[in-house]
Amino acid sequence: MIAFLTLPVLVTIAIPFLKVKGKGIVAISVIFINSIISCYFAIQTLSGQVFDLSLPGNVVTGPIRIYLDALSGWFLLIINFIFLTGGFYGLYYMKAYREQRKNLSLHSIAFVLLHTALISICAIQNSLIFLIAWETMAISAFIAVIFESGKMATLKAGINFLVQSHISILFLMLGFIWVAYKTGSFDFQSITTYTETHQGATGMILFFCFFIGFAIKAGFVPFHTWLPHAHPAAPTHISGIMSGVIIKIGIFGILRMLLLIKMDYTVVGYFILLVSVISGLYGVMLAIIQHNLKKLLAYHSIENIGIIGMGIGIGCIGLGNGNPLLAALGFAGALLHTLNHALFKSLLFYTAGIVYQATHTLNIENLGGLIKKMPQTAILFLIAAIAICGIPPFNGFVSEFLIYNGLYQWMLNADIVPLVAIIFSVLALVLIGGLALFCFTKAFGIVFLGQPRKKINHEIKESPFFQWLPLYLIALTILCIGLFPQPFLNVLTKPVNLYSGLIQPSLVPFQDEIAHTVQPIGLASGVFILLIALVFSVRKIMIRNREITVSPTWGCGYVAPQPKIQYTASSFVRTYSKLFNPFLLFEKKEKNVSGVFPVEAHYKSHPYDRIESWFVDKPIKAIKSFLSRFLFLNNGKLQFSILYGIIFIVSVICIPFLYDTIMAFIDFLKQL
Amino acid sequence: MLSILLIVIAALFFTGIINRTKSLASGRKGPGIMQPIKDVARLFKKGAVYSETSSFIFQIAPTIYFASIVMAMLVVPFGQSKGVLSFRCDFIFFAYVLALGKFFSIISALDTGSSFEGMGASREALYSMFAEPAFFILMGSFALLTGYTSFQEIFAALHIGSYISYALAVLATFVLIMIAMIENSRMPIDDPKTHLELTMVHEVMILDNSGFDLGLILTGGYLKFAIYGALIVNLFIGIVDYQYAIPLFFVIQFLMAVVIGLIESFMARFRMSHNAQFIVALTSVALLIFFGALLILGKFN
Repeated sequence: MIAFLTLPVLVTIAIPFLKVKGKGIVAISVIFINSIISCYFAIQTLSGQVFDLSLPGNVVTGPIRIYLDALSGWFLLIINFIFLTGGFYGLYYMKAYREQRKNLSLHSIAFVLLHTALISICAIQNSLIFLIAWETMAISAFIAVIFESGKMATLKAGINFLVQSHISILFLMLGFIWVAYKTGSFDFQSITTYTETHQGATGMILFFCFFIGFAIKAGFVPFHTWLPHAHPAAPTHISGIMSGVIIKIGIFGILRMLLLIKMDYTVVGYFILLVSVISGLYGVMLAIIQHNLKKLLAYHSIENIGIIGMGIGIGCIGLGNGNPLLAALGFAGALLHTLNHALFKSLLFYTAGIVYQATHTLNIENLGGLIKKMPQTAILFLIAAIAICGIPPFNGFVSEFLIYNGLYQWMLNADIVPLVAIIFSVLALVLIGGLALFCFTKAFGIVFLGQPRKKINHEIKESPFFQWLPLYLIALTILCIGLFPQPFLNVLTKPVNLYSGLIQPSLVPFQDEIAHTVQPIGLASGVFILLIALVFSVRKIMIRNREITVSPTWGCGYVAPQPKIQYTASSFVRTYSKLFNPFLLFEKKEKNVSGVFPVEAHYKSHPYDRIESWFVDKPIKAIKSFLSRFLFLNNGKLQFSILYGIIFIVSVICIPFLYDTIMAFIDFLKQL
Repeated sequence: MLSILLIVIAALFFTGIINRTKSLASGRKGPGIMQPIKDVARLFKKGAVYSETSSFIFQIAPTIYFASIVMAMLVVPFGQSKGVLSFRCDFIFFAYVLALGKFFSIISALDTGSSFEGMGASREALYSMFAEPAFFILMGSFALLTGYTSFQEIFAALHIGSYISYALAVLATFVLIMIAMIENSRMPIDDPKTHLELTMVHEVMILDNSGFDLGLILTGGYLKFAIYGALIVNLFIGIVDYQYAIPLFFVIQFLMAVVIGLIESFMARFRMSHNAQFIVALTSVALLIFFGALLILGKFN
């Protein structure tokens, strides 16, 4: 553990003095070493051991408990995998910015610190130190995001992220201080003891306090507004890591609190289910209308957090009802989807980054036909796109299948109220799947297929071979989980049993039942791939001697087709955006055609977030207009500033004095 | 295994019967019942023309589309006998595998760079999205009613006894026929015989396909009809013996083909802009089935 903490510190000192090329490599190697250390512990925890280490700490913090259980182990593995692939990819991605030396130093340091902080968050069980690690994560993530701080939009997005991170910390602090005030201990264990002794609403309110804090990080609607700004602004490997890991740490927090806080799990389950359904639907509904590829992916992160949340919600309801199988299915689905989403979303971001490097644009309306010049990028994007839609034979299907299974399992012996909840959750999950399919056929079709929609003046070429390595590794894992879900679920046994064990510690329903559930899927996916191969080879043999001609696309009689008449992203989603208009918000700028000889006309539409405008923009506007009434105070004159200073000092001295006097007077009145 | 054989046999005649019904209804003699199969056989022997805009996606998409339909066929049972694959919640696999086929047919349409095909792709993506919930709620209601979650167990345990269950079976048949119409882009949703590309959904997506690939797509369409027909048959033959069930299978498939032929002859296509609402209305019919299932189980008490 000492090595684990000293290495990042050493690197922080060393990186500024290294050569440009060395900085990245050193950063990656430190992350690599730290990953090996933490993975060693993670694998041990997943095989059933628990690490419990108590450091003496000091007077303020009390003993610092380092505690690793299977839940931490699972998240540690995800964090390390994504950081290693992301870091390796980042080495090549940052090549274009070689001349910004200082900036790169800062970025590398932030990257290492981010990794260290995230791992610490999974291990620390002392609320003060936890908050410090949390703050380190927020700040280093902020620095990593604003790498291109020269751009106004990036800086704005970064500051938005920073502010919202601190609102998240505010809620966490509130929860921790509450517990510390009541129990006098910063140890996480005191949360359990406190909520055990105080039945009723206490645990619930405490949980909601933590939930809001972690939900801001995870990006549940309506706390998601930082997410679609920060993702496109960050350099691509950071976007991938942010979507794959940083928002997942919010999920980790919620899961951790579920273990610690004793409360009425059913109510919490319904609440999480509701929030998640809304997040899932809202995320994908907004994703469809986005023109910026990375922003589109960011909204899909919200959607997938919703799916994970549905798993958690179902699991909680299982806990509340005393149904261990339902709890196991829900939590297994949620945890597996956490990994799956980390995989396919980072792959999507990395391929989007390669597209950006090659074309210098992320506006999908300007792209098209890239599959001919970048076939590898296209195939990897396609794999990830199919996986994120939850379609077999890839990994997304396995976790969504577990959640569906949970829902239908729950249905078999439910009453009327849960049944209505189930049927609407199924409805939501199906709609999410369908909308995701709609969105990714659009994204893939418009970016990679057809002809270029706008002329790009420089040559478009694929990236160097080594940049591909991590991407292929991720794609392989995606396929592996799809075809052989069994081993991955075996790994999940321990973390899931943490939850299902809350009901009946002796009963372990997970292993057999879930094996029964997912084994056929792997088999079916395998058969499916074989079937595709079979049909394809039959086709190949059949058309061997046939005449193949190439000619222009049939224009239905129109003889002068050109790239401009192709379907665009906006036209692809037009019917959809008309139907879903009540939920969407567009900012439009238009000048209509007028007069007999119209001179100019233009039309520009820009998708915006309705919830953001309600919950963020309008309150901020109101506060601003209220505070602007006091602007006269800040008139810039030195004399006034000194006056305010004097007023402040006088009031600091006089108010306690005045208070004492008044109290004495009241006492005097009482004596009368 | 039995189900595959029966579905393939039904698929051979299904579209032919639809076409024959349509021609008889309009007072023509019409082509023979085997004509669609002859068309496909001819297509399988032909060479192909590929658009210069298209990439390898366009060439593999029909294969995957066809394979996805065959895969879906493998999980469909026939009464007491299981499909080739049968597991818990296999109907989810059924729907999602078909979705992969849809995914590829949509992107292959976008691959040609044609504005017409893009339009068809957009509509197909939207309509199939709206059709999915109805299917899931339908299967969910049956799962609730029978207490099982795989196709075969659900259908084997489905007994039609009371009046409400008759109503449910009729509604379920209606929903399944409508889903089949949407999946196959047939009349109330889409008109495969229209003369104008602007008013098509599925047909406009495959404008550029030719030769073997077009043959695969058409065969896939025939199979899809027979698969949904088999699902409808399964609603009624849960406990019937094979010697009655197999003839019943063909009778119901035949009736379904005739009904589709009649619908196509006497109904006009819905307005394209109202299609989405119509398909969503299907979900509410499925919800009716769900509440019917609740009534039967006495959950309202």
